[in-house]
Amino acid sequence: MSEALLEVRNLAKHFPIGNVGITGRPHHWLRAVDDVSFNLNRGESLGLVGESGCGKSTTARAVIGLHKPTAGSVKLEGHELAHLSSREWLPYRQRMQMIFQDPYASLDPRQTVGSILKEPLTIHKIGKPRDRRLRALALLDAVGLNPRHLNRYPHEFSGGQRQRIGIARALALEPDILICDEPVSALDVSIQAQVINLLKELQERFNLAYLFIAHDLAVVRHLCSRVAVMYLGRVVEVAERDELFQSPAHPYTRALLSAIPHADPVIEAGRERIVLEGDVPSPHNPPSGCTFHPRCPERERVGERCSSEAPLLVEKDGSRFSACHLTD
Amino acid sequence: MGSSGNKVLEVKNLSVRFDTHQGTVRAVDDVSFHLDEGETLGLVGESGSGKSVTNLALLGLIPNPPGVIDSGQVLFENTDLLKLPIDKMRQIRGNRISMIFQDPMTSLNPLLTIEQQLAEVLEIHRGMSKREARPHCAKGLDEVGIPSPEKALDSYPHELSGGMRQRVMIAMALLCEPKVLLADEPTTALDVTIQAQILELMSKLQKDHGTAIMLVTHDMGVVAGQADRVNVMYAGRLAETASTTDLFDRPMHPYSKGLLESVPRLFGDAGDDLFSVPGQPPDLADLPSGCAFQPRCSFVVDSCAKARPNLTPQADAAAKTDRLVACTEAERVLAADLAAKNSAGGAS
Repeated sequence: MSEALLEVRNLAKHFPIGNVGITGRPHHWLRAVDDVSFNLNRGESLGLVGESGCGKSTTARAVIGLHKPTAGSVKLEGHELAHLSSREWLPYRQRMQMIFQDPYASLDPRQTVGSILKEPLTIHKIGKPRDRRLRALALLDAVGLNPRHLNRYPHEFSGGQRQRIGIARALALEPDILICDEPVSALDVSIQAQVINLLKELQERFNLAYLFIAHDLAVVRHLCSRVAVMYLGRVVEVAERDELFQSPAHPYTRALLSAIPHADPVIEAGRERIVLEGDVPSPHNPPSGCTFHPRCPERERVGERCSSEAPLLVEKDGSRFSACHLTD
Repeated sequence: MGSSGNKVLEVKNLSVRFDTHQGTVRAVDDVSFHLDEGETLGLVGESGSGKSVTNLALLGLIPNPPGVIDSGQVLFENTDLLKLPIDKMRQIRGNRISMIFQDPMTSLNPLLTIEQQLAEVLEIHRGMSKREARPHCAKGLDEVGIPSPEKALDSYPHELSGGMRQRVMIAMALLCEPKVLLADEPTTALDVTIQAQILELMSKLQKDHGTAIMLVTHDMGVVAGQADRVNVMYAGRLAETASTTDLFDRPMHPYSKGLLESVPRLFGDAGDDLFSVPGQPPDLADLPSGCAFQPRCSFVVDSCAKARPNLTPQADAAAKTDRLVACTEAERVLAADLAAKNSAGGAS
C-alpha cells in the first residue's frame, strides 16, 4: 500500500455544554468524537457510517478544519493540520474540499451558478477572470449540467441538479480529497442513483480520494472500498467493503446491517432480524466501558469486562480492525 | 398481515389541486384504490408524487386555500368522508381512522405532558374524565413498549428520544382501536436500528388488533418487508397496483421497474454502476403531454405523448392478485423482466 494521503490519529472533538463556572471552565463536555484514527489513500474511498449523533459529521468537520480538534492529529502528506489558524489552512483547503448534505442550504441563493463556481478560484487567486469563466463552463460540463445555465440562480434547479452544482464547486480547485457529508441522503432514489454514478465517474477521472459520510449502508457499499463504522463518537470497526458486508465482526455492525430493510419481499419474509433494545445513549453521558454494552446482544458472553473496560480498536487480520472484547 | 378481502376503505376518482402562483398543480389526479380489512397497503413514490396529499385528503386535512378537492369519493363504512360535515368528520378522525405523521418531533405539542395529549383522545371520543383515562393511557404506552409508562405519562415530549416519541404517536393513534391506520413515512426520521423496532411493533399491533394500515413511504425496503400490496405513484397518478411479491419480482410499469432497479442493494454485485432513471421528475404545474413519465421512459412509443394512459387490468399468469398498470406497453415491460431473469438464470 502506498503512503497514506491523509492520516488521522486519535482525533477528538469535545463541545462545552451548560454554564461556565467561575473557573472559566464549563461543567460538562459533550464528547462528540473520541479517539478516532484512520488513513485515507490516494484515489481511495473510505465510508464513514453510523446512526445520527455518532460523530461522523463532526469527524469530517474536524478533519477539514471547520471544527478545531480538541486533541489528536490530522496529517495531509505529513503536514500537521490540526492546530493551524484559518489563514494557515488556506493552501491546504485547496487540496481538500467538501460536499454538503443539503443542496438547498449550501448554495447562496443570491449568487448565479457561474459566480458560485468562480468564487473558490477568486479566493485562491487562480487564473484570470476569463480563465475562471472557462473553468466554470468546463466544471458544469463535467458534472453533467448544461453550460448555458451559467447565469441561472440556484432556485431554478431541482435538488439533484443543485447537488451537481455543489460537486462542481468542490472540484473547482482540483482537490485530491473530497469530504462528502451525506451528499445523496436528501435526494430521491432515481436521482440518488444518478449522483452516485457521477461521483464514481469523477473519482476515476480525477483520481480523487473520498471520505464519504453516510447513514445508508447500501449507498456506501456501492461507492466505497473501505468502511469505518462509528458508534457514540468512536470507530468500532474498519474493514474492506466485502469483508464488512459479508462477515461483520463487531456486534453493532451486525445489528446495523440486519436492521436495514432489503428491497426484496422474499428476503424480508425469510430473515431473522437482530432488533437492538433501547435507544442510542446520549454522548453527554456515555455508558461506562464499551459504550455499546447496554444494547449489545453479546454482552453476556463476555461478562463484566464490557461495562468496566473500553475495548481498543485492534487489528484482527490484515486490513480489518474491530473494537470488541468478544473478538480480542 | 394477510387480508380477508373485505374492503374497509375505498377511494374513487380522487383529485386534489392546489392553486399556486406558478399555476394549477394537480397533486392527485383521478386516483382510485381500496384498502382491505387487516392488510397493509404500501403507497410509494418520490417526493412530490402526491402520496402525502392522497393520505391527507382521505381525512379532509388538505389546507383550503390553496388546496381544493376537485372530485372523488372516500367510502368508509358506507359513508362518503368527503361529504361529511366537520363535526362528523372529527368523530372519525383519531377514532375510527387514525394517522401517524412522519416527524415525531413536531407532531406532539411541546407544552403538554404525554398524559394530557393521550387523555385528550379518550376525553373527546370516549367521554372519559382525566382520571378515568390515565390507566388506559398507561396501558397504551405499555403496549407500544415504552419502559415505565407511568413515568412517561408525566414527561414532556422533549424529555423523550425520537424513537420513544414515535411510539407515543403510535400509542395515541391506537387508543381508540381504529379500523384504519394511515401511516405517513412513520420511520423516515428515525435511525435504522430504531426503525427496525418500530416496524416490528407495527406488525405486532396489526396482528393483535386487525387494523388495516396504509403505509406511505419512499423506502422500497420498508415496503418490501411490511406491505401486502403496493400502489406506485408518479406525478399525481397511480402508475401500478400489485401484490408486493409480484411488483418486486415482475414490475410492469416502466417507472416501477426503474425505481426498483435504482435502489442501491446490500447484496449482489457492488462494482457496477447503479441503474438510474434519466432526467428529472416533472414539474406538476407544467406536465409533459400524454403520459407524465414519457420523457424519462425507455419503453416509449409514439402514442405515449398523445394520451395519458389509465390504470387498466393486465394479464400476468403468475400474479397473486389483480395487476393494474397505467401503461400501454406493460406487456413489453413484463417480457423484458422475464427475459432478464432467464438470461441471469442461464448465466449462473
